[in-house]
Amino acid sequence: MAREMTGAQMVVEALIDQGVEHIFGYPGGAALPIYDEIFQQDKVQHILVRHEQAAGHAAEGYARSTGKVGVVLVTSGPGATNMVTPLTDALMDSVPLVCISAQVPTHLIGTDAFQECDTVGITRPCTKHNFLVKRIEDLAGVLHEAFRIARSGRPGPVVVDVPKDIQFKTGIYENLKGAVRTSYRPRLEGDERAIRHAVALMASAKKPVIYSGGGVVNSGPRACELLRELASLTGFPLTSTLTGLGAYPASGKAWLGMLGMHGTYEANLAMHGCDVMVGIGVRFDDRITGRTDAFSPNSKKIHIDIDASSFNKNIRVDVPILGDVAHVLETMIRIWKEVVPKPDAAAIAPWWKQVNAWRAKKSLRYQKSADVIMPQYAIERLYQLTKERNTYITTEVGQHQMWAAQHYGFEKPNHWMTSGGLGTMGYGFPSAIGVQTAHRDALVVCVAGDASIQMNIQELSTAVQHDLPVKVMILNNQYMGMVRQWQQLLHGNRLSHSYNDAMPDFVKLAEAYGAMGLRAQRPAELDDAIEAMIASTKPVIFDCRVASMANCLPMIPSGKAHNEILLPDDVADEDIGDVIDAEGKQLV
Amino acid sequence: MPLPGESHSAYFYQETVKTIERHTLAVIVDNEPGVLARVIGLFSGRGYNIETLTVSETEHEKHLSRITIVTTGTPAIIQQIKLQLGRLIPVHRIVDLTLAGAILERELALVKVRGKGEPRVEALQLAEAFNARVMDATTESFVFEITGKSDKLDQFISLMVPLGLVEVSRTGVAAIGRGPEGL
Repeated sequence: MAREMTGAQMVVEALIDQGVEHIFGYPGGAALPIYDEIFQQDKVQHILVRHEQAAGHAAEGYARSTGKVGVVLVTSGPGATNMVTPLTDALMDSVPLVCISAQVPTHLIGTDAFQECDTVGITRPCTKHNFLVKRIEDLAGVLHEAFRIARSGRPGPVVVDVPKDIQFKTGIYENLKGAVRTSYRPRLEGDERAIRHAVALMASAKKPVIYSGGGVVNSGPRACELLRELASLTGFPLTSTLTGLGAYPASGKAWLGMLGMHGTYEANLAMHGCDVMVGIGVRFDDRITGRTDAFSPNSKKIHIDIDASSFNKNIRVDVPILGDVAHVLETMIRIWKEVVPKPDAAAIAPWWKQVNAWRAKKSLRYQKSADVIMPQYAIERLYQLTKERNTYITTEVGQHQMWAAQHYGFEKPNHWMTSGGLGTMGYGFPSAIGVQTAHRDALVVCVAGDASIQMNIQELSTAVQHDLPVKVMILNNQYMGMVRQWQQLLHGNRLSHSYNDAMPDFVKLAEAYGAMGLRAQRPAELDDAIEAMIASTKPVIFDCRVASMANCLPMIPSGKAHNEILLPDDVADEDIGDVIDAEGKQLV
Repeated sequence: MPLPGESHSAYFYQETVKTIERHTLAVIVDNEPGVLARVIGLFSGRGYNIETLTVSETEHEKHLSRITIVTTGTPAIIQQIKLQLGRLIPVHRIVDLTLAGAILERELALVKVRGKGEPRVEALQLAEAFNARVMDATTESFVFEITGKSDKLDQFISLMVPLGLVEVSRTGVAAIGRGPEGL
């Protein structure tokens, strides 16, 4: 049904037609016509942030926890440049976002006008695609195409830059949802011959491992079900990347824990020693592979991904299968049932024996203490006290992030939001706000560090204003812990600028914003504090004082192979500096 | 400190001595603002080489342009370049002409030479030998137009240096497959 309306009306109309219920944004001069339309309707609810970067991360959390496209609205100039970090974050972690940015009027573009910047130029390398709309005739089509591009194929962020005069101009709006404007048509079905080849390899494997990633979660709930089915049909052990946690349940029989730089011993050694690796929705990045020339040297590698450029980018694979994870797994399981009608557990029993021997090392072990709260213990308690609820966990970036990934048991997909690829400090808190916006009744906990939380602390105001009772649990060790750990490990224990002096009083800070502040200093106080945090109907900042010098292990130092992993037994927190020799330090 | 090529760190993806290949790619793209910036940005952002690049609209009704890129890299890098180009939304097709079989590659150069007397005569004679055409002449200069493979142009230009070469403008390579088949 075509109707005449202004460009600003078209923006809101397109959001409604796309089924958007919430957007995150911040107004400014060039965006005022759109904000005026937002004001005059009630179908799309706008969450006002305190910094555009937070709008981007909130939209990411919203998207990851719902599977829907997250939407951001910002003004021109600084509004757009503040979006560069979340756009890059979303691109790296394949999060579907549509960012509508206002632009100065077309006749002022190129004149260095007030709050002008070359938004499409700046965001070109950090988006999946971007558009500058210079004709009202193009606006409706571009808006709907932006959603299609953002959500299909390998998801990613799309920017639509709308000059102010286009927002005022009148044109014909049509609901073009589903229309195809560009030549972009990602392929979903995998090549059956390649899948047959993969199944033949898998059926003959003696030491197989499934290496699953964020692509499984992105493909959707069906893909996660199929992953679980594949693991149970084949009996293969399974490990996952940071972003893939939850696709397979941590309580599942096949579960080895996370792999990579801070992954478990059994996961990394299984990857190193396997003869067939089934990579599903993964990209073999350097935090996973370690030293590339020693990565899983004796395995045949199967790689399922929707992005052909992931194949052979870092690691050469033997059987690339281009397609959507759910589609490919559907076919793979059908063929597996043909080829292996009766599972032969005996064939890989020796391998499981080996894997269990590695497991027995208990690589996530840590020294317990009655005096100070160990950060790992804090996560364990958080898990125990929240696992019966519908709990969403987000994190900032650093040691606390790795501890959360290691010690929290993720059972379901879309319940874990973390900045994996870009490693953005400041991601977790706004992301939690986005999650809570989508799931009003759920428990949303941001596990934070004392440094990371200060990167977007102003969003307390957003949480209070919109009555979003997110819980921030700060593992406060007074350090940028991961930076300090690397300095100890690699830079002669010279702790250059990694100590947070002049730490704010987080309890008072929370109260100043109208939120609730809590603190725990000793293990005995921990459970009560977590319970109080959960029970609060307000946003909470929980300042959890943890052992200041704890380090995050296991760890594969950069440039080392999987079988050169450092275990907690190898290294006490205080003498971590002696572990790597001088030559090794140069490599990182 | 080990050199990048010798290191085993994950931070240094540079491979040890590998054959460097030269490939000519034809990239069919939507003729829209910014498309060339996307392609060039991809090359600079990921550290790929561009030897030459030419672009022009080739199918007006369909708003399609053809970008011809000559690039160099290891076989793995060449493969990555093609796959990364494929991720760009306005890119319709990428054809590796070097793999497609026999191809014609041509480049055009305009070459300005200044001189009098013997060098001037010699420049003109060489131009004739290379099938270069005189596009402009004064009593003390020529502008030659020369078309051919890039190495022929290189050779002609280097011969003009001692004879008073002033300026060169080159188009970059245009390429097409031999035989009756289209892309």
